Amino acid sequence: MIALTGKNQSYVLVLYGLCFPLIHVAHAQFILKMAAVQGGMGDADIKTDIKTEPSADGFGNNNANDGRVLSASPGSSSSTGSNKQTAAVTPEDQQTLLAVLQFLKKNKLSESVEILRREAGLPENSLDPKANESAGAGSGGAAGIVDLEGGDASSLLSRVTGSSSAGAQAPTKGTVQSGSGRDQPDVSVVLSAYSQQGDPTLYKVYYRDLKKFIETVLDCHRAELSQVFYPLFVHMYLELVYNNHESEAKAFFEKFSGDQECYYEEDLRILSGLTKKEHMRGNETLLDFRTSKFVLRISRDSYQLLKRHLQERQNNQIWNIIQEHLYIDIFDGMPRSKSQIDAMSGSLAGEAKREANKTKVYYGLLKEPEIELPLDDEDEEAENEEGKPKKKKPKKDSVGSKSKKQDPNAPSQNRIPLPELKDSDKLDKIMYMKEATKRIRLGPDNLPSVCFYTFLNAYQGLTAVDLTDDSSLIAGGFADSTVRVWSVTPKKLRKVKSAADLNLIDKESDDVLERIMDEKTASESKIMYGHSGPVYGISFSPDRNYLLSSSEDGTVRLWSLLTFTCLVAYKGHNYPVWDTQFSPYGYYFVSGGHDRVARLWATDHYQPLRIFSGHLADITCTRFHPNSNYVATGSSDRTIRLWDVLSGNCVRIFTGHKGPIHSLAFSPNGKFLASGATDGRVLLWDIGHGLMVGELKGHTDTIYSLRFSRDGEILASGSMDNTVRLWDAMKAFDDLETDDFTAATGHIHLQDNSQELLLGTYTTKSTPVIHLHFTRRNLLLAAGVSQL
Amino acid sequence: MAEERRQKHCSVVLPTESMKAMAESVGVGQLQEDSCVALSEEVSYRIKEIAQDALKFMHHGKRRKLTTSDIDNALKLKNVEPLYGFQSQEFIPFRFASGGGRELHFYEEKEADLSDIINTPLPRVPLDVSLKAHWLSIEGMQPAIPENPPPATKEQQKAESTEPLKVVKPGQEEEGTIQGKSQGTTTPDGKGKEKGLIRLKPRSTHELSVEQQLYYKEITEACVGSCEAKRAEALQSIATDPGLYQMLPRFSTFISEGVRVNVVQNNLALLIYLMRMVKALMDNPTLYLEKYLHELIPAVVTCIVSKQLCLRPDVDNHWALRDFAARLMAQSCKTFSTTTNNIQSRITKTFTKSWLDDKTQWTTRYGCIAGLAELGSDVIKTLIIPRLAVEGARIKAVMEGPVVSNIDKIGAEHVQSLLLKHCASVIAKLRPQPDNVDQYRTDYGYLGPMLCSHVMKARTQAALQAQQVNRTTLTITQPRPTLSVSQSGLSGSSGPRTPSIIKVPSSLTLMSPRPGTPSQPSPPATKYIVMATSAGAASTQQVITLSSSQSASPVTSTVPSATSTLQPLVKLESGSGAGLTASRPLQKYIVVSLPSSASSSLETKSSVLPTSISSSSLDGGMKLERSESPGASTQSPH
Repeated sequence: MIALTGKNQSYVLVLYGLCFPLIHVAHAQFILKMAAVQGGMGDADIKTDIKTEPSADGFGNNNANDGRVLSASPGSSSSTGSNKQTAAVTPEDQQTLLAVLQFLKKNKLSESVEILRREAGLPENSLDPKANESAGAGSGGAAGIVDLEGGDASSLLSRVTGSSSAGAQAPTKGTVQSGSGRDQPDVSVVLSAYSQQGDPTLYKVYYRDLKKFIETVLDCHRAELSQVFYPLFVHMYLELVYNNHESEAKAFFEKFSGDQECYYEEDLRILSGLTKKEHMRGNETLLDFRTSKFVLRISRDSYQLLKRHLQERQNNQIWNIIQEHLYIDIFDGMPRSKSQIDAMSGSLAGEAKREANKTKVYYGLLKEPEIELPLDDEDEEAENEEGKPKKKKPKKDSVGSKSKKQDPNAPSQNRIPLPELKDSDKLDKIMYMKEATKRIRLGPDNLPSVCFYTFLNAYQGLTAVDLTDDSSLIAGGFADSTVRVWSVTPKKLRKVKSAADLNLIDKESDDVLERIMDEKTASESKIMYGHSGPVYGISFSPDRNYLLSSSEDGTVRLWSLLTFTCLVAYKGHNYPVWDTQFSPYGYYFVSGGHDRVARLWATDHYQPLRIFSGHLADITCTRFHPNSNYVATGSSDRTIRLWDVLSGNCVRIFTGHKGPIHSLAFSPNGKFLASGATDGRVLLWDIGHGLMVGELKGHTDTIYSLRFSRDGEILASGSMDNTVRLWDAMKAFDDLETDDFTAATGHIHLQDNSQELLLGTYTTKSTPVIHLHFTRRNLLLAAGVSQL
Repeated sequence: MAEERRQKHCSVVLPTESMKAMAESVGVGQLQEDSCVALSEEVSYRIKEIAQDALKFMHHGKRRKLTTSDIDNALKLKNVEPLYGFQSQEFIPFRFASGGGRELHFYEEKEADLSDIINTPLPRVPLDVSLKAHWLSIEGMQPAIPENPPPATKEQQKAESTEPLKVVKPGQEEEGTIQGKSQGTTTPDGKGKEKGLIRLKPRSTHELSVEQQLYYKEITEACVGSCEAKRAEALQSIATDPGLYQMLPRFSTFISEGVRVNVVQNNLALLIYLMRMVKALMDNPTLYLEKYLHELIPAVVTCIVSKQLCLRPDVDNHWALRDFAARLMAQSCKTFSTTTNNIQSRITKTFTKSWLDDKTQWTTRYGCIAGLAELGSDVIKTLIIPRLAVEGARIKAVMEGPVVSNIDKIGAEHVQSLLLKHCASVIAKLRPQPDNVDQYRTDYGYLGPMLCSHVMKARTQAALQAQQVNRTTLTITQPRPTLSVSQSGLSGSSGPRTPSIIKVPSSLTLMSPRPGTPSQPSPPATKYIVMATSAGAASTQQVITLSSSQSASPVTSTVPSATSTLQPLVKLESGSGAGLTASRPLQKYIVVSLPSSASSSLETKSSVLPTSISSSSLDGGMKLERSESPGASTQSPH
C-alpha cells in the first residue's frame, strides 16, 4: 500500500503535467484534484507509520556505513510522512479515499481498488456505481504501470492489513469536528466541495451581518473573532465562483477584500485573478484551500459567542462553511490579543493546531565521540598538517559539550544510524578543536569582523553559495547551470590523476594522498557542468569530498571534489528543486522543491529514504538539525515544519511568517531555530516548546541567509536589502518568559525589542547578501553578487 | 493604502481588441465579440498565473528584477513550450503604431544580414567569474574603502553644507559653512536651526584622525613627488576612495596654494601634478565639490591662461597643460554650472575678454581659445569662428612678418593649429558640402585655405565612420548590455580601478536633471550606455605602461597621456550633448574610455556606433575624431 501510494503520486503528477495543455479533457479536473490531495493520501498511510517505526528501530547497531539505510526495504522507504496527528479515518479522509477509489476504478485498476478498499475497511458498495461509466483516457498505458504497483502492493499487503486494526483504535478528535453531522460521505462532495447553493445575492448580506456582529462584540473577543474573516471571505468567494455567479463574486471581492489583513495580500491577488469555475482547476492555492482546513485558535468564550450568533440568525451559509472548511481549535482561558494573534497568523492554512506541536523533540546534541588528544601530540599533529593534505571531517556541534553524560534532551546516539568516523575525520575533529580554542568570544561589545566575498562578472546570475565548514572552499551555483568551486586559501584545487597514472603510484608510501593528486590541474577554481537549469541549492559535504547541487531541472547532483565530476544525479523531484543540504554528519541529505515535498536521501541510494509531505506550497529551504535527527523545511505556504528523520513525521509546525520563507538556521545548541522570509523579519523559535520566542525586525527585503555564530551568541542575517545585520541572540533567548501557561497554550507575548537586539548593520554597495558563514574562529564571511 | 492598490489589481483584463489583433496575427479573421471576451478573461488569468510562478523563480534567483528566463521557467513548470529568442534587456524597444483606429505595440525585429554578422569582428569575451574579498566590517566598524558605500553620501554632504542656510538655492557655493566633523551631529543641528537663525553651525575644526593625517601626508607627497607609480596610485586613491570628504578642504587648499606658488616659480611639472589632482577629485563620485569651487576654479584658470608656466617657454610643452586644464574647466562647467552660480558664462566672459585684448600674449591667447573651444561646439560657433579672420591676420603678422621672437612664433603656430583643430569639425557641420578654397579665404582670411583642407579631412573621416557604424550595428544587440557596467566596474581582483568606472554614469546622470544650462537642452529621455572597455586588470596595467613611457620622456608628456585614459569620457559627452541633441527623442551617450590609442580599434568602432544609429553620421564621425584626438596629442610632444 505504501509503495502504491508513493508511486501513484508520481504517476498522477505525470498525468497532471500531460493534462495541462488539454485542460478540457473531462478527466483532467479529477486528476488535478488527485494531485492536490496528496496530503490526504498521506493520511491513509498513517497506520503504516506505526509499523515502520519498529522496523527502523531494528538498527540499533551503529555500523551503518556499510550501506545500510534507515529503512530496510525499498517499499517502506517511500512511506509518506504525515503531519496530521489524527489517525482516525475522518469523514474528509474517507471522502478522499473514495475519490481515489473511484479514480482507480475508472482506470480499470481493479486490483489496486481491492487493496485500497480492504485497507481502508470500506464496504464493497461504497463506490458510486455511476463512476465506472467512463473509462479514463490513456488507461491502456496506465494499466502496465499499475500492474507493477499491484505486485508491489500485494507483497506489502500483509503488513498493511495487520496494521489497519491499530489505526482504527486511534483517538478521535476531541474538539468540535466540522463534519460530525455527516453520516454518509458522498463522493460528489469531494469533487465539488462548493456545490451547496445559497442565494448568491445573500452572500454579501451574510458577510456584512457577521462583520457587523463581530465589530460590536466586546473588544477582547473582537480580535479573535476577526480571524474568521479571511477564511470565510475566501470560501464564500470561491463558492460564488464555483457556482458561476461571476458578477456577484466580483462584487463580493471588491467589497470585502479591503478588510482583510495586509499579509494576505499575495493570496488575494491570486484569488482576484480567479473569476471562473474553469480557473479553479489546477490552481494550486485554491486546491490548498479546499483540501486543507484553515486552522483558527479561538478561546471557548469567543467561540460560544460566534456560535450563538450564527444560530440565532439562522445564518446557515456561514455556519456550514465554518463547519466544513475551518478547523477551530478551542482553548480555555483568556482570549488572545490582537498582537498575539497577528504574531502567529499569516500562513496559508491558518495557525498550527496545538497538538501538532506536542510531540517530544530530542533537540539536544549527540555526544561527541571521545578523541584522545594527548598534549604531547600537538607537535606531531602540526607535522601532519604540513605533510598531508587536509582531508578531515568537521563536526558542527559546539566544542563546549565537554560533559560526558548524555543530555536528557538528546536523542539516543544510535537513533538514526550515522556513518562511522574515519581517521581523517578524527584528524579534522582535532583541527576543529584546536581552532575552537582560538575562537573569539563574541558579544555585544565584541562584534565579529565581516569579510565580504563579492562575485565579480557573474552576469549569468549567482543563485546559491556555500562554504565548507573550515572555510577553505567556496562554491557558487549559477543561473547558467554551472557550479563553480573556488579555493579561498592559497591551496589550489587539484584533480586526482587518471586511472593509468594512479596505477604507477606506490600505494604504500606515506604521502600517497598527496601523490594521487595531479599537480598539472592545480587552479584556483573549477567549473562543473551537468545541470540543465539554474542551480538553486548547493551544499558541501562535511568531509569536503563531495558537493551537492539542486537545480531547476528537477535533479540533485552529487559531485566529487576529487575528480570534479558528477557522481550521481538523484531524480525524484520532477519540478525545480529549491534547496538541498547535507547532514552535519554527512551521508544523508535533504532536498525540497516545487513539488511540495522534501526528500531525505542517502548518498548511496538513488531513491529517497523518506518523503516529507505536508507543506501546501513549494518548499523553499531545508536545514538539518545539528544532531541530524530532524530536518526543518521552510515553505511558500509561510510555515516552517520540523520533520523527524526516523519516522518521517512532522513534529513541529511554526506559523507566523507573512511571506515565503527563504532561510533557516539552527542554533548551535540545537534548541532554537531562526527563520527569515520575504517579509524581512527574522523569527526565533523554541523547538522544545514549539513556540515563537522572538521577532527581529529591521530588514526591508527578503532575508536569504541566516547564521548563528559558533557559540550561538550572535545571529547574523543577510538580505536582499544589501545589508548584513547582527543580532544579540544570547539576549533574545535569555529574555524568554517561559512560565507554564505560555508553554501550555502557546500564546506568546512578544516584546518589541528588535532595536535593542540589533547590534550592527553593515551596508554593502548594492550587493545583496545571499550567504553567511562563521568560520571556526568566529569570523563572519558573507557572499553576494553586485547588482550595479 | 494597500487596499486601494489591491482593488485596482483585481479586475485587470486584457482588452478584447488585443484578442482580435492576436487572432488576426495567427490567421483567424472574424472573431466574435463573445469569444473575445471569453478568451481575454482566460488569457488574462493564465498570464497572471504564469507571472506569479515567474515571480517564484525571480525570488530563488535572488534578483529584484523579473527576467524573460523566469517566464520561460514558469512556462516550463506548466509544461508549455517556453518563448525562445527573447533576451532580457534593460530596455525592450517596443514600438507604437496606430492606424485604422487600431493601436498596437510591437517588438521590432530588424532583418539581419548574415554577411554583416560574419564580417563583424567578434565581441570581446566577457570576463570570467571571479571572487573578490573585502572587509565589510572590522570588529563592528565599517572601514571607508571603495568597496564599501561611502560613510557620508553626496546628498548628506550637501545637506550638511546647506543646513544652516536652508534658503540658499541648491548648488550654490557655500563658502562660509564648514561641514560638521561627523555625520552624527547633523540631526541635532537640524533641530537647533529651528530655534533661531542666529545659531550657526558649530565651527568644528576638522580634526583629522591620526590615520587621516598620515594618509593626507602620504597622498600629497606622492602626488607631487618624483615617483610616477606612486603618483598614479595616489591619484587613483583620490579618485575612488569614498571616505575623503573630511579631507576635502585640505586638498582644495593644497591645490590652490600649490598653483599660486608654482606659477610664480614657473614649475611646470608641479602644476601638471596639481591639475591631475583636481581631475582625480572631480572624478571621485562621493565628493561634494561644490563647496570648494572657489578655490579650485581660479587655480585651474590660472593654469590655462597664465602668461608663463614654465622656465623655458620655447622648449617646454606647457601647451599640453593648458589643454588639460581647459578640459578640466569644461568638465567643471558641465558638472557644476547652474543658473545661480553661472560658472560657464562667467568663465566664458573671462576668456573672451582677455582674448579680445590686443596686448594679450600668445600663451594667454592660446589658453583662452583652448578654454573656449573645450566648452563645446556652440561656443566655438558663436565666439571663435566669427573671429577667425581677425585672429588669422594676427597670426599672419607673426608668421610672415619680420622675425620678432622665436617664442612669439611658436605661440602663433600653436594658436593656429589649435584653431584649425577645433574649428574644422564645427565648420564641417555648418557649411554646405562643396568646399571652395577661395570661398574659405574670403570668409576666414589667412586661415581659410588651411581650414578648408581640414574641413575636407573631417568630412571624409566622418563618412568613413558612418560606414563602419553600419557594419557593426549588430554588436549592439548583444545580450545583457547593462552588465558591462558592473562587469568592467568590478572586474579583476586588483580593485582600485573599480569605482572610477562606476562613477562615470553617475557623473553623467548628474547633468541631465539640470535644466538650467541654456546652451544644453536636456533631451527628453536619456539613456546611457556605458561601454567601458578597460577592465580592472587591464587598466591598472595601463597606468603602469603610462608611467613607464613617462620615465623615458620628460615630464611634459604626462599630461596628454593622462588625458588619453580619462579624457574621452568628457569629450564624447560634450560632443553629443550640445547642438544636435535637442531634436532627438532619445539620446544615447556612449562613454568609452580608451585603454590606449593602439590597442583598441575595435572598441572605438563599437563605441561610436550606437550614437550614429540614432543620429546623423556626421555626429558619429566627429565624436570619433574627438575621442581619438588626445591619443594623437600624446604623440605630438615627442
